[in-house]
Amino acid sequence: MNFREISGLIFIVGLGLLLFALLKILFVEQLVTGGIGANILATAPEEVGTANIVTSVLLAYRGLDTLGELTILFVAATAAGLVLGQRSSDAKHDPDAGFILHSAADVLFPFLILLGAYIILHGHLTPGGGFQGGAILAAAFFIPILASPASPLNHRVSSAIEGFAGAAFILIGLFGLFGKGDFLAPLFGTGEVGNLFSAGSLPLLYLAVGLKVGAELAGLLAHLHETEAND
Amino acid sequence: MLVWVVLISVVVMLVAAVAVLFLKDFLAVTAAASVVSLALSVLFVALQAPDVALAEAAVGAGVSSVIFALTLRRVGLWKLETKKDK
Amino acid sequence: MTEETTLVDFISYVGAISLILLGIFAMVTFRHLIRIIFGLMLLEAGVNLFLITIGYRGGAVAPILVNGELPTAAMVDPIPQALVLTAIVIGVGVQALALALVIKTYKAYGTLDTQILAQKIAEETGTKLIDGIPTPISDTGTGLEESLSTKP
Repeated sequence: MNFREISGLIFIVGLGLLLFALLKILFVEQLVTGGIGANILATAPEEVGTANIVTSVLLAYRGLDTLGELTILFVAATAAGLVLGQRSSDAKHDPDAGFILHSAADVLFPFLILLGAYIILHGHLTPGGGFQGGAILAAAFFIPILASPASPLNHRVSSAIEGFAGAAFILIGLFGLFGKGDFLAPLFGTGEVGNLFSAGSLPLLYLAVGLKVGAELAGLLAHLHETEAND
Repeated sequence: MLVWVVLISVVVMLVAAVAVLFLKDFLAVTAAASVVSLALSVLFVALQAPDVALAEAAVGAGVSSVIFALTLRRVGLWKLETKKDK
Repeated sequence: MTEETTLVDFISYVGAISLILLGIFAMVTFRHLIRIIFGLMLLEAGVNLFLITIGYRGGAVAPILVNGELPTAAMVDPIPQALVLTAIVIGVGVQALALALVIKTYKAYGTLDTQILAQKIAEETGTKLIDGIPTPISDTGTGLEESLSTKP
């Protein structure tokens, strides 16, 4: 045990005492949002028309934050691609995966696509949405690469999808700005709460989010996978 | 009932978190990190946050573990066993 | 607030704070870069759990309408959930960027130990290692660098 570990331990114990002292204050109701949450819960079904209120917070009340979040993800994925760089064309690939992963990749691919699309399109009705479904789509496109490492992902197509989805998100926001006076204001009325075609433009926004997250994560995983191992 | 679910998942989560810090094999550490995410997503369901639970299960336990495993492969902490070596 | 709710709140606060502390401990103490990133991951998970627990109300249901009607019971706060949802995805992006940098570091220096890395960087750039940090030594310095570096 050296000096660094001992000082780290002392620091952690002190911080722990401080945080546990905060526990007493934390048992006050509505500490963080101060009643905004209750207002949103009461008015969201009529104003926005989503059955899943988290979705209405994400895309309608705090839609600008989601745009910023997508920007952060885009920057992180781009920077990771930039740092990892292009692979040299004569670098050797990992060995092919065995029979089990090969067959499983073929069988799983359509089901994963279906599940991802379902979760994205029902994001305004049930738990789930663009982020979760996007991660599942990325997994669907990554498993075949894992099964046969020599067949690469087409980065051109994934970047095109990503750019298109991001532009669609901003375009829908701009339509809201010119039509209703607010950036990302929901369009097309609310519809009947609980139907698949309801909540105005929110399902379209979530579709854009899902495609963007899926393309970004798939591109990121493929970039990491394409970097040569030197063993 | 709810208390027991929360208690068990918190205990599993903390044991896995300690395993993340002190296991020697990095592949086992990645598996333990995945267990932390899974226990956390059970906890999110118990705390009435199904959206977050789905995100944690798909992103935290799935994509994140794959990213770690790929990195371990690239920095030589996880060697693949090929037919030649046997 | 019933007895059970208080207990659930308390247990998950303890879990969240323990995860945060374990994460910070790993980031402060360990020297292996990948271990440090695992610490960052635990810290993130702890903060997410903390926020969700703040939004939790005893006896409340998830903020989702069934058959288009508001449920009779109270609903939990949706705002922390929306925050955490984006935070999880951002966390993965940050992890991937950090690990990409780790891969590049390993390719350039062949090690992931922070102290050996600092030594190698100091040798390469011709700087002096002061308290584990490569520090440039200027000729017209204020004398602070010398007094630090000549300390036994």
